Amino acid sequence: MGWLFVGPFGIVFLAFLIAPLAYALYLSLFQKRLIGGTSFVFLDNYVKAFTDPSFLSGSWFVIRFSLVAIPLQIIVALAMALILDAVTSLFTRFSRLMIFLPYAIPTVIGAVMWGFLYSKSFGPLSDIFGLFGATPPDFLSSNLIFYGLVNVVTWQWAGYYMIILYAALQGIDPTLYEAARMDGAGKWQIALRIKIPLIAPALLLILVFSLIGTLQFFNEPQILRSLAAGTIGPDFTPNMYAYQQAFSLANFNYGSAISFALGGIVFIGVYVFLFFTRKRRSFL
Amino acid sequence: MKKRLLALTAMLATALVACSPGGEGSGSNASGNNASNCTNTIPKKDLPVVTMWGWYPNMQLVVDNFNKQNAEVQVCWTNVGQGSDEYDKFQTAISAGTGAPDVIMIEMDRIPTFQIQNALVDIRPYGFDAVKADYSEGAWKDVSVGDAVYGVPVDGGPLAMIYRKDIFDEYGITPPKTWAEYEQAAQKVKDAGGPLFGDFAANVSALTMALQIQKGAAPFTYDPAQQSSIGIKLNDQASKDVLDYWARLVQKGLVGTQDQFTPEYISGVINGNYATYISAAWAPGYLTGAGVGKGEDTGKFAVAPLPQWDPDNPVQVNWGGSAFSVTSQAKNPELAAKVAYGLYADDESLTDGWTNQIIFPLNLKALNDPEFVNLKVAFFDGQQANKEVYVPAANAYAGVTYSPFGQYYFDAMTKQVSEIIKGSVTGAQAADRLQEDVVSYAGEQGFTVQ
Repeated sequence: MGWLFVGPFGIVFLAFLIAPLAYALYLSLFQKRLIGGTSFVFLDNYVKAFTDPSFLSGSWFVIRFSLVAIPLQIIVALAMALILDAVTSLFTRFSRLMIFLPYAIPTVIGAVMWGFLYSKSFGPLSDIFGLFGATPPDFLSSNLIFYGLVNVVTWQWAGYYMIILYAALQGIDPTLYEAARMDGAGKWQIALRIKIPLIAPALLLILVFSLIGTLQFFNEPQILRSLAAGTIGPDFTPNMYAYQQAFSLANFNYGSAISFALGGIVFIGVYVFLFFTRKRRSFL
Repeated sequence: MKKRLLALTAMLATALVACSPGGEGSGSNASGNNASNCTNTIPKKDLPVVTMWGWYPNMQLVVDNFNKQNAEVQVCWTNVGQGSDEYDKFQTAISAGTGAPDVIMIEMDRIPTFQIQNALVDIRPYGFDAVKADYSEGAWKDVSVGDAVYGVPVDGGPLAMIYRKDIFDEYGITPPKTWAEYEQAAQKVKDAGGPLFGDFAANVSALTMALQIQKGAAPFTYDPAQQSSIGIKLNDQASKDVLDYWARLVQKGLVGTQDQFTPEYISGVINGNYATYISAAWAPGYLTGAGVGKGEDTGKFAVAPLPQWDPDNPVQVNWGGSAFSVTSQAKNPELAAKVAYGLYADDESLTDGWTNQIIFPLNLKALNDPEFVNLKVAFFDGQQANKEVYVPAANAYAGVTYSPFGQYYFDAMTKQVSEIIKGSVTGAQAADRLQEDVVSYAGEQGFTVQ
């Protein structure tokens, strides 16, 4: 009887999750060459991936990117959530909506929009810097693309994380604040010693979300690539590299291997992270 | 466990989303062999239908002309994107074994890439003799692999130097005849506080390749009878010289490094940020479509022959130009070949193509038409651009051997050119790295590199 209830979920789960994964895994164990056809190579594609400078530099990029972008997003989200939680005025609801708005804009549109905003010749940057007689920075150049993307990602995601944190803050029992105030705690102390420790699980959650999302970075650079192909190569991030291998070069086998290798990195990253934070819930 | 799956799922989802980038692309089955959702309306509904992908700006008109005039077969056309967008979809359809159209527009330099995967059909048995005389030997050579013919040429891209008359006049410059003069002129404009002289972009590998070929490079040697062996020479002296030349111009700040075919670049062209634009015969049409040369800009452009390395032995080269090929997934190759031969070959379509400068026609009916040759091109302020520049350049073009892994080669070139632009390598070093990169890829793909 129980199987009947699990059935609908089970079928979808098997057909749309397990089967494609298994097929991709299967593909990743073969090699197809233009001359010589397909052959079984077992783990050769993985050996190749972990010695492939394109994959390694792409992975290194997303790791560096995570180290900068994730803390930044979380700090911004936390600050906004704390402010919105502490301040009650007419504008709170409006601000909350506005801060959340970028998340509602599709990533692709957001990326195209920023691509235009970064433009040297018709973006607002040239006007703003022109006022001071300075040349505007080119966020699509290879020196600044890192920060250009950090900005896009923060703009897009900070509002979403803010909502999660804000919801967690709203769930805190207000009597705790009263008790703290009786003991002489100020606003800063309440924020730092009561609120933040109590929303640690929510912080952990968004850390995991953002870690997974950032390591798989794809949409924004892929879109901006059409504006700056020289700066953003096809192997800019591991996911883009997998895409290029599979869909431009018809190398589905190696593309699958890269995807699984990236999956491995993401898994290890998240696992290690969860392992170290599993006991100390109030790690912040 | 659940989180592990979550990570993998999310990753897979990204990959899946990525493979169906919206529009006509989603569900390539629908736009491939299935004739139920064409962009055009098919007038003669009882005739057999051939599906086709293409992106010429006047494709709608061309398809309508064909359908109107043909009593045997009708074309169902879809535009699935331009250049790489289309190739990625075609490539995926080839790998899947289904989903490709019957007839496809591809740039000639891509033909060997698809031919080696047996994705294209040799169209000689299907009425080649009847149209053979309509195109020059050189045009057929670019769509052939060995003796087999894998496409019907439509347009070519003889290279020339488009320039801004107003800027040339202002700084007292005459069109440079050699690359040395080009550099001097660029320096003169810069010293006088003028705009950039040109643009060296990372995303136009096919152009960079053509400029290297002009100096005598022969990147690939390839005998289709001996498919598994290929000659790769990307770091010979000519290739290095050309990259070093542009590296020097970039370093001195004489040319820009903006990616082309971007709004940024087009707005630069409109603003007069670039005194010259080294490009092919289809460029005026592209620029007009992008809004250049209208309003205040009217009549500011002119065209001159491509600068030469050795003016005594001029070499003309080509960038782009497309053909219609029949894919090996075509249900009825004979009908498909009829479409490939007939599409864009009627007078009305050709005339529309060249009067609006959408194509530089390779069909001799148009190419030898005095009206075409003597046309006073509005974009060039009435200059007889075809007679003075493009037709001689097209006639002197000798054809090139393209590589069977064009996409990889162009991507690798983009990477090296962007390193040059960054200043982290010299042109010669970039050529060496490119050689190493492409040779190792060829080896991986099972080729014996000579």
